[in-house]
Amino acid sequence: MRRFYLQHERAILGAVGIIAFLILWEGFARGWWAELLQPLLGPQAARLQLRPIFISSPTRIARAAFDMIFVTGAIWKDFGWSGLEFTLGVALALAIGIPLGLAAGWYRRLSYAVEPFLTALNATPQVAFLPLLILWVGTGLACRVLIIVLLAVLPIAIGAVAAVRTVDARLIRVARSFSANDALLFRSIILPSSVPFLLAGARLAVGRGMIGIVVGEIYGSAAGIGAMMNQAGSRFETDKVFVGVLAIAVAGVGLVEGLRRIERRVEAWRPQVAA
Amino acid sequence: MTARPKLEAQDIRLSYLQPRTGTALAALDGVNLQIMEGEFVAIVGPSGCGKTTFLSVVDGLIAATAGRVLVDGEAVTRPGPDRAVVFQDASLLPWRTVLGNVRYGLECLGVAAREAGARAEKLVALVGLSGFEHHYPHELSGGMQQRVNLARALVVDPKILLMDEPFAALDAQTRELMQEELLRIWAAAKKTVLFITHQIDEALYLADRVVVFSGRPGKVKDSIAVDIERPRPIGVKRQARFHALEDRIWELIEEDVKTKAREDRHARA
Repeated sequence: MRRFYLQHERAILGAVGIIAFLILWEGFARGWWAELLQPLLGPQAARLQLRPIFISSPTRIARAAFDMIFVTGAIWKDFGWSGLEFTLGVALALAIGIPLGLAAGWYRRLSYAVEPFLTALNATPQVAFLPLLILWVGTGLACRVLIIVLLAVLPIAIGAVAAVRTVDARLIRVARSFSANDALLFRSIILPSSVPFLLAGARLAVGRGMIGIVVGEIYGSAAGIGAMMNQAGSRFETDKVFVGVLAIAVAGVGLVEGLRRIERRVEAWRPQVAA
Repeated sequence: MTARPKLEAQDIRLSYLQPRTGTALAALDGVNLQIMEGEFVAIVGPSGCGKTTFLSVVDGLIAATAGRVLVDGEAVTRPGPDRAVVFQDASLLPWRTVLGNVRYGLECLGVAAREAGARAEKLVALVGLSGFEHHYPHELSGGMQQRVNLARALVVDPKILLMDEPFAALDAQTRELMQEELLRIWAAAKKTVLFITHQIDEALYLADRVVVFSGRPGKVKDSIAVDIERPRPIGVKRQARFHALEDRIWELIEEDVKTKAREDRHARA
């Protein structure tokens, strides 16, 4: 018994934390804590019952999620739209960020020209560009994709610059000494040693892409997880808003885990660092 | 009639522009050197005398400010398959296995995959790493990493092997073992070798001829033939003749080493 606990300590304590939190939440919505503390606090205890319209509750959220997934199926359409925006946005961000970052890391002069933009863009909240994007391309799919690109491209490009900068100069000498041409040097030395940086950039990009989904769908979007949350919020359908939050969290965790799997496979050669 | 040297350095000069002060710093000041086919030549000199820089010029990684390097009478302008470097730090590709690292040079030269694999396996065996083909560099000891480094250079079948203090980072026992191994491999592979080291005994034990560099800017101070017959068991290092040569080279270097130490103290004060 004790052995079982020690072996799974992390999972057990994590589950206990989550369950305790859910019970606490449910109790506020159902007035359990108000009833329980009535003898102690008197009329003040009524304050511990919170209106579900504001905080919803785990059971309500579960019911709403069940409805949206299996009964009405409404969430799939939103998921599809957001997924499309996210895929296009992140793919574009990778297609721009990786070549740009690698080139800026390799060619010093290009980095001098590009770095001011990266630094400035990194220092501003990119969602500030949303009004401009709407002016330029309207509130359609293009706008939502572009805001995701804008958010996701930075960590990717910055990661790629750092990747090239930290390539072991001795390995470049080895390649040069064996008369490797630039293409081979890139393929055999720079790319393999860049992998951890590129994947770290991609991980950050996933999180920022999720922000892009929500923010981009605030204006004039009829479908998508962010739009659904926005509409549900304005109708005080708190349950649905939480379902949206959960959906994004699950998708984000899933994608990051996927990237971690890729990393583990590509980086299998790396010595295991003791935890 | 004298034979044409395999490798010839003619009055190699090299100076850097120091970005901070804007003045030129001379690293090599007219190096002349001739190495015959199959000869093992070691260069010794105080640290910072430009030995490694000279090796990079011979490899073609750095262009000399003046002078030229000839291999079989032809001028060297860039790295080529006739020369291969055994680097100071093993500088192995950490994401490749032993076999993958040894193949690397062949891949750079565009050798077909199947042939590259076969040649690499032969070299892995020659340097005594059979059974470790699929190990990653971090799983190897320093000495084993240098064996891979050596195999990687030998596999392209260069005419000239350029060795840049390959055993400097190894502990004393491993170093002696590797020196013996190198002589065995050299006897088997029959290469012309230019070996850089700061250790006089290493240079004497390995080489047919020891070239002494003077301190910065580097140039050839003297060239000493090592008339100790081969094969050389490690015990020759304890012979009186060996010690006599050691003393002679030390005398040549001593003044430069002391000057350098004085300059370093001065620079730090």
